[in-house]
Amino acid sequence: MSDLRTAANGAYFDGLVQVKELGPQGMITVRGDFADAGFTGVLTELVGAEMPGQRETRLNGDRGILWMSPDELLVLCTYAEAQELADKLAEALAGQHALVANVSDARAVFTLSGGDIREVIAKVAPVDMSRDQFTTGMIRRTRLAQVAAAFWLEDDNTARIVCFRSVGEYMFNLLKTSATPGSAVGFL
Amino acid sequence: MSTRLANGGRLVDRGAQYEFTFNGKRMKGHKGDTLASALLANDQMLVGRSFKYHRPRGIVASGGEEPNALVNLGSGAKHEPNQRATTTELFDGLEATPQNVWPSLDFDIGAVNGLASRLLTAGFYYKMFIHPRPFWKHVYEPFIRQSAGLGKAPEKETQDPDTYEHFYAFVDVLVVGGGVAGLQAAKSAGEAGAKVLLLEQTAHWGGRAPVDGGEIDGKSPEVWIDETLAALKAMPNVTIRTRTMGAAVYDHGYVLGYERLTDHAPHVSGPRHRMWRIRAQQTITATGAIERPLSFAGNDIPGVMLAGAVRDYVVNYGVSSGDRTVVVTNNDDAYRTAITLKKAGLDVPCVIDARPEGGGALMDEAKALGIRVETGKGIAKVHGGKRVKSVDLCNQAGEGALLETISCDAVAMSGGWSPVVHLWSHCGGKLNWDEEQACFRPDASRAPTDQDGKAFVITAGAANGFANLNDALADAGAAGKAAAAVVGATDPVSAPATATDPVTKPMAPVWLMPQGAHYGLRLKAWLDYQNDVKVSDVQLAAREGYESVEHTKRYTTLGMATDQGKLSNINGLAILSQELGQEIPQVGTTTFRPPYTPISMGAIAGEARGEIFQPVRKTPMYEWNDTNGAHWEPVGHWRRPYAYLKGNETVHQAVDREVKATRESLGLLDASTLGKIIVKGPDAGKFMDMMYTNMMSNLKVGKCRYGLMCTENGFLTDDGVVARIDEDTWLCHTTTGGADRIHAHMEEWLQTEWWDWKVYTANVTEQYAQVAVVGPNARKLLEKLGGMDVSKETLPFMEWRDGTLGGFPVRAYRISFSGELSYEIAVPASLGRAFWDKLLEAGAEFNATPYGTEALHIMRAEKGFIMIGDETDGTVIPQDLGLNWAISKKKEDFLGKRAQLRSHMADPKRWKLVGLETLDGSVLPDGAYCIADGVNANGQKNTQGRVTSTYHSPTLNKGIAMGLVLHGPDRMGEVIEFVKDDGTTRIKAKIVNPVFFDPDGEKQNV
Repeated sequence: MSDLRTAANGAYFDGLVQVKELGPQGMITVRGDFADAGFTGVLTELVGAEMPGQRETRLNGDRGILWMSPDELLVLCTYAEAQELADKLAEALAGQHALVANVSDARAVFTLSGGDIREVIAKVAPVDMSRDQFTTGMIRRTRLAQVAAAFWLEDDNTARIVCFRSVGEYMFNLLKTSATPGSAVGFL
Repeated sequence: MSTRLANGGRLVDRGAQYEFTFNGKRMKGHKGDTLASALLANDQMLVGRSFKYHRPRGIVASGGEEPNALVNLGSGAKHEPNQRATTTELFDGLEATPQNVWPSLDFDIGAVNGLASRLLTAGFYYKMFIHPRPFWKHVYEPFIRQSAGLGKAPEKETQDPDTYEHFYAFVDVLVVGGGVAGLQAAKSAGEAGAKVLLLEQTAHWGGRAPVDGGEIDGKSPEVWIDETLAALKAMPNVTIRTRTMGAAVYDHGYVLGYERLTDHAPHVSGPRHRMWRIRAQQTITATGAIERPLSFAGNDIPGVMLAGAVRDYVVNYGVSSGDRTVVVTNNDDAYRTAITLKKAGLDVPCVIDARPEGGGALMDEAKALGIRVETGKGIAKVHGGKRVKSVDLCNQAGEGALLETISCDAVAMSGGWSPVVHLWSHCGGKLNWDEEQACFRPDASRAPTDQDGKAFVITAGAANGFANLNDALADAGAAGKAAAAVVGATDPVSAPATATDPVTKPMAPVWLMPQGAHYGLRLKAWLDYQNDVKVSDVQLAAREGYESVEHTKRYTTLGMATDQGKLSNINGLAILSQELGQEIPQVGTTTFRPPYTPISMGAIAGEARGEIFQPVRKTPMYEWNDTNGAHWEPVGHWRRPYAYLKGNETVHQAVDREVKATRESLGLLDASTLGKIIVKGPDAGKFMDMMYTNMMSNLKVGKCRYGLMCTENGFLTDDGVVARIDEDTWLCHTTTGGADRIHAHMEEWLQTEWWDWKVYTANVTEQYAQVAVVGPNARKLLEKLGGMDVSKETLPFMEWRDGTLGGFPVRAYRISFSGELSYEIAVPASLGRAFWDKLLEAGAEFNATPYGTEALHIMRAEKGFIMIGDETDGTVIPQDLGLNWAISKKKEDFLGKRAQLRSHMADPKRWKLVGLETLDGSVLPDGAYCIADGVNANGQKNTQGRVTSTYHSPTLNKGIAMGLVLHGPDRMGEVIEFVKDDGTTRIKAKIVNPVFFDPDGEKQNV
């Protein structure tokens, strides 16, 4: 798969925090009725992760389910298995009202690591990033400066950020700017 | 003269000397000085010229309310106008120049305006420049523009080298103002357990208390401030920030903080300003009070200052404003200035107290120090030009008859204190008039309210009208506790600090000094120093019928300068109400609008500059396009190649080449930006039939259909090809700019109107890179890549198939927007660049030519295909464009159907789409109008049509155009006239069929 290219070519920056674009990530949009045990049952079994609550993530190794809206989820898996898993999900949900779409290529994914990740995000996202309000296991689907984005914490010093592929370079440059050395706020 | 005293100055470090320049003159100051205190220490009282009369202006205040001491700071790329010297912290190497001076500060030619000040009265500009009308544009406006404006705008070519940023903060209780009231409020709220953020606009805590003296909890204010700061710092739930101004309060507890990180230390790296975007459950405004000037003749002469400021300069910076200072007042507080000056060894010839009975304990203390006190007196007039020389003493009750001339070089005036109610008022907090203190105070029962109708702002201390230290501290403690309680923080709170205050006598409202000042005096009694508004101007406005304070403000420009009337509003209002014979509260105040003092444009822009000024959306082929001559065109936030320039080609030559190569052999278009929206569900067919004007529910799986979307008002809003993917799934292609808009449009209808329909949508635009493979050799290229059957039989026109090409997983659509044999191939976006490279490589033998949006436009126009945004402009319906074939007559309903039945929409006189060909083969100007006989009600020529798309066709080698023309389709062959941009030259054009090329579609159906 050497032909694969990401939006920002794996760009890296080391400042207040480390910013790095990750390689291709499997992502599947799934819409359906969360109240329907038939829907959630199929999903959690095939994905191998639990059903998240509102604004939550449920991760399990390479796999995971992220809450996106009251009727939309984002399934994480490896890039290589995404289409196959999407097909399996679509097939298993065929009798139900649900939508499955492989969106692995539509996105750019970044990781932030370091002690100041909360402040680097809080400069560009209208989200309460304080330690008692935003914790591991939560996700926010919001905006970073001028573009749509979602983010969550892998652990207290690592954040994942997902945005649309076309603005991947903007996102990298934005995070780089937000992480400019000497610009720590000292609030969070 | 003003000078540095031998001792004192609690904020300056006399061991650290800074050099700076003002007006090119080298001067010395100390670490801890403001530019204003350093200028005074160098006897630089004259700092600028006023706006209208170019009168000499000196420093008046010591804080953000300063109207006069505005300077240009820095030079070149760092130059910034309108910086207040009183809030500019001195640093080594600071460069400042005065504003609005020509040719020089000391000799300003504009000052002759002052000689004509009897003519330059309120409304002068309105009255003078209205006739004759054409003079405004050509004579008056250029002249006024040249002479107006205080600061110098930055040079066009310079770019601010500093960086800025925003920061989102969420707190329970935000306290604005770090004086003793703010400190007490933060402490109480913090003890109660709330998450607190305390902001102070200056570099120092404690506000006026250390200058004004007294005792807090039996200690000096400074000791109490230090102890309280230590307590706040020890609380993990409390954050404190200096150099951060609470600038604005908005709905939903949204408050802006303006942090100045490196203004005082420009060599330090990092952002210069930071805009705090705060969400606070409760906001406490402990913003203090501002002293008012007194209105007497010559109160604008340099050396006349606010009494509190005079005291600040002595205590905080060890700077005297003059050797002999006359204090004039209507209240007890100004006696503190007299006492401070006297104790500093300076001369106070007289305290002039307008109150017949004088003041309380402070007056007694002043008298005990040997200071002469004259009660019931006022200043008739100040003598001096660029500096105060003397004052004329008079009876306050009289008309200004001279009693005695007192020689002095400074005047410290106090007209009482106005609570800073700005932040309280920004979001709708109401005020009451306090008769006793002659000031507006916040009315706690009419506080700004949130989305639930509950108060979210509490005001505290002097900002709440509590002038006494003890009352202010008690009020602040209660405010902190109350704010915390609202957010559920109810831990035990210690009692607020107590203080001892001297016994005072009530202040007397003095709006004019002397009370019966004659016209000549009123003409020189300034209200607004920056905009040159005098008592006589407001009185004139009232006589001319201006009763509303808002109208008077605009007519006289009172309070409209960069200081927004911080010193002048109440005085001007009082003069107006006296003139109107109404009470002050009946006249009311003007509106307080954010920000409190000006904030930098950089802080507003934040990080959005340079490469991240605005997001640019890039396709997977962007990099290739960029390095291969792309002449970029913005389409929405995307950048698309308009054409690919080779060698020394002009854009026009490149476009011609691209069209010809495509028509003759093979063209490639990066079509990745086209919108792609999945619509799926049991009710998806029904939904599709509502969204599109034509029938989509009966589209067979594997087939494609062109469709139109209208708004509910019937107007054409988007178009594109729809593919039926499976039994309950459709894929909708939208225009490049329409993807997000149409997705939102669909979701809105699904979520608000048809919420019970079982339909899901997903915008998968960016999942795919899409390439249009176009031209007679398109099929040969795809067959060369191999992997799937793309023959006419297996993949006929307007169908799609999944498969592989050259090893890439693809979805191939057989659709054409050019009239050529054409495929659009979608591949996963991550493979887009590799696929593009493969097409170029394999297509080399067919002269595969990447083409841009202009070639795309020309080829669609040659075929008579419409373009959303060219043929449509929000007022065009499909019927106007001859697209009746795409409007279902069978369907019961679709969005826009009912609107299209309205009489105006069905009017046969609506202009209709036709082709246009100039008789001489030239290209019609875009948007040109076709004229008709006669003129309309405005005397303009009547029109009967306009050009919507116009190009030079390389294929036909002549100008082709489309346009909307009255009864157009019925007038085939008729020659009509269009007018060129110059408004006179006419071009003849023949009405023709809009399909110029291959009308039978033979080329695309091979």
